[in-house]
Amino acid sequence: MSRTILINVLRFFVLVFFQVFLFKNITLYDLSIPYPYILIILLLPFETPNIVLFPVAFITGLTIDAFYDTPGLHAAACTLLAFVRISFINITVQKDGFDNDPEPTLSIMGFRWYFTYILVLTLIHHFFLFNLEVFRISELQYTFVRFLLSSLFTVFLMLLSGLLFYRKRER
Amino acid sequence: MRNLWIFISKYNAFFLFVIFEVSALFILINYNSFQKATYISSSNQITGLAYQKVGQVTEYLSLATVNDSLARENARLRSELRSSFYIDTLTKKSIADSVYKQQYTFIVAKVINNSVNHRNNYITINRGSKDGVQKDMGVICGSGVVGFVVNTTDHLANIQSVLHKKTKVSAMLADTRDLGSFLWGDNLDPHQGLLIDVSNNVKPRIGEAVVTSTLSSLYPAGIPIGKISNLHAKEGGMFLNMEVSLAVDYSKLEYVYVVVNRLAMEQKQVEATRVKDE
Repeated sequence: MSRTILINVLRFFVLVFFQVFLFKNITLYDLSIPYPYILIILLLPFETPNIVLFPVAFITGLTIDAFYDTPGLHAAACTLLAFVRISFINITVQKDGFDNDPEPTLSIMGFRWYFTYILVLTLIHHFFLFNLEVFRISELQYTFVRFLLSSLFTVFLMLLSGLLFYRKRER
Repeated sequence: MRNLWIFISKYNAFFLFVIFEVSALFILINYNSFQKATYISSSNQITGLAYQKVGQVTEYLSLATVNDSLARENARLRSELRSSFYIDTLTKKSIADSVYKQQYTFIVAKVINNSVNHRNNYITINRGSKDGVQKDMGVICGSGVVGFVVNTTDHLANIQSVLHKKTKVSAMLADTRDLGSFLWGDNLDPHQGLLIDVSNNVKPRIGEAVVTSTLSSLYPAGIPIGKISNLHAKEGGMFLNMEVSLAVDYSKLEYVYVVVNRLAMEQKQVEATRVKDE
């Protein structure tokens, strides 16, 4: 239990560091901006109670906001992400079949589930984030292209990180 | 009462979602309209310190380009010195000149955080209210306009860049001195901007310089913004709109100057009384 908390706190600091000092400076053709920091929320254990999940998501968003000078923007998107995460897990996962605190990682859940999971949640998070940032109907088409390409980039990075920490386990 | 409690705990995810979403949107809207939530920004103590430390490391990587730009600026300043002009009158008089009074002074500052790839970009510099930087001061660099100060702490200040949805700079064409407004285009290209609301009888040409106008209280007149690159940007109707290629490469900003306008307060007071009269 305490090991799980330690790992998640560590993951928080590492991902925020990479997001703020590395990915903030990466853009492909002024269109594609990756936000892989949402892994902090995606990789919390299944058993996380809602009363913990939402504050964690909110604080993660505010931390990113502090570095990006956009107070509230990422916090709003992350809170939505937490809500969608709960619904998605409720629909697709049976909680009884596991032994000790399972986490939604690639090694435990398998490629197909993990890919669908990060794809759906990234799309929703990015769509909300980009449209809230621009908040203008006249730029909708351009925002849509940015949203799609950024989601692609983020999903790619998250799959890479999933493979990087892949541990083969008995299922 | 018990039923209510069961109802809330059954749908707790939804209620928690509503609470946090509303507070996040509240912060967002509040910040955008008043810029009050200054504690969640890159000039607070923790984030400012982090950016400063990483900035010290990355500074070394760009020393060559900084040297280069400083040398160029030195050369330009040297060419403006009195000694570099040929004096063709023979008599020399020294006059205590009371016509010119210093209106602008400049505070040099180093950029410790910068972005160009978002819809709204901000810059953080390492000078703050203790160094004389105040809210609503203009910021320029060696090659052109950068933005203006939106909030300050003791040793850091936050600048709203020209590359921002809401930044508008009062501009004019350098040759004909026709007024317009400069703003960043909606295609998020950090090398392009738009000059809009130029009156219809003006005949601008491609390559003509766009500079800050005499109307702005933020910047001295004549600070370069860019050059006209395309005349038919958008159908303007009553006014001409044109594309401007920016003079400054914002992704490579290292040192900037905060403009201290000694008459800014007076200009604001005068203009405020005018609004009251109307």
